[in-house]
Amino acid sequence: MILSGHNLTIGYRDRVVGNHLDISLKAGEVLALLGPNGGGKTTLLKTLLGLLPPKGGEVRLGDRPLASYTLRERARRIAYVPQSHGATFGFMVETFVLMGRTAHGTLFSRPSTADRAIAARMLERFGIAHLADRPYTKISGGERQLALLARALAQEPKFVVLDEPTASLDFGNQGRVMREIRALGASGHGVLFTTHDPNHAMRAADRAFLLRQGVRMADGEVRTVLNRAQLEALYGERLTVFQDRDSGENAFLPG
Amino acid sequence: MARSSAPGFLVSFLVLIAGLLLAFTVGRYPVNLSDLFAVISAKLTGHTPNVPAAVENVIWQVRGPRIVAAILVGAALAVAGVVIGALLGAGVGLIKYLADPYNQLPAMTFWLLGSLAATGPSDLIPLFGPVVLGTLTLFALRWRMNVMSLPDEEARALGASTGPLRIAIVAAATLVTSASVATAGIIGWVGLVVPHIARTLVGPDFGRLIPAAALIGGGFLLLIDTLARTAAAVEIPLGILTALVGTPFFIWLLASMSKTWSVE
Repeated sequence: MILSGHNLTIGYRDRVVGNHLDISLKAGEVLALLGPNGGGKTTLLKTLLGLLPPKGGEVRLGDRPLASYTLRERARRIAYVPQSHGATFGFMVETFVLMGRTAHGTLFSRPSTADRAIAARMLERFGIAHLADRPYTKISGGERQLALLARALAQEPKFVVLDEPTASLDFGNQGRVMREIRALGASGHGVLFTTHDPNHAMRAADRAFLLRQGVRMADGEVRTVLNRAQLEALYGERLTVFQDRDSGENAFLPG
Repeated sequence: MARSSAPGFLVSFLVLIAGLLLAFTVGRYPVNLSDLFAVISAKLTGHTPNVPAAVENVIWQVRGPRIVAAILVGAALAVAGVVIGALLGAGVGLIKYLADPYNQLPAMTFWLLGSLAATGPSDLIPLFGPVVLGTLTLFALRWRMNVMSLPDEEARALGASTGPLRIAIVAAATLVTSASVATAGIIGWVGLVVPHIARTLVGPDFGRLIPAAALIGGGFLLLIDTLARTAAAVEIPLGILTALVGTPFFIWLLASMSKTWSVE
């Protein structure tokens, strides 16, 4: 299955943010979306999720336009991991993860025993089973990000779309989340995530999509696309490149 | 730290029972507890109770309907407060005088402050139906409402059709509120104070929150109504008493909230 955007014009009611965008994501592939602030990353993400209608062009999921799917059908195929937020209500972590099962029930149904088993498995998978009956408001930022991932996988989706999954996490948790993203790709999910750090794209993604002022600058294999010239052009800033002598992998430092 | 909701429900239930016993016994015509139990058990077994007919009359014709109405109205306002508060951030302030200010103002002024003084058995039918129907609808949607407390885009990405759901929830809340307003007039504060108490006692899950709010709201308004008809020689409007209780509660709530904010 493929999630794709064709000749997309993206934006809000009174404002166009990006033009002529072609993007596609296959199952089993991890795609990183990079670009400066205000360049249209989040807008493109929300358009691909179907949360924002495209102003031109079309988003397709499989062989049908995304717009022809109901919200419920969509939620069973694409999961959205928003930026970790300070929740208003202190739902138990287990309840929070169970909300991922909403699209598998009907309007009046509550989560079933089978739903609970799936939620429990996801809590287990991300190592947060011990937090199941803690309020979501009383756990750390890193734990919230893992709970959000557990909720997304409880949807049993084909695609997982993450908005800056490593923002506001400490160094260790950033590594943890990148490992989980790689694992998602390895288990056959199509993964799209935005990030401000090219190193994270290097670590976790197969492919990188560079977006600057609403225009695609490059789209290709991370090792090809993420180089000094491209990144300096993308951000308009100088940077330093380090290369690991053994693996030949690059790391980038700003400034 | 697993939080059990059982103690919260127990407390709410005990308050309601205490309210019931108090409401049946106190008033201008005191009824003692043994007479009350005699009348109730006689009704259940089909015998004639060994008490003055006036006592029976007070229990079934005067206080009974009023008590049922107070519980229903309190429950309705609290349930509506819980769901609307969650959806709109307590943004309902649209009730305005629609009547002709010259002809209907005097009658409306009292109605606006709320009273159950004129409630008889026949008033219960138009109250009972809408309140039960609306509350059951909201309770049936309890899981969707949990999801709706997330930011709108997140709820939609989880498969909840937030637009139609919001309309359905507001319609059900309006149904229960209008039935109770038609019976008892406008009684402020119940829908603001009780949801906060309920959430503190049983947590944010609507599966527990809606029954808890109904229970606490019913008990609360029953106690208030009992106070309204016994505290002074004349009936005190309910809205005055709920404001008397509600205002300090809200000041305390705001103070404790600003404390939380300043820490973060």
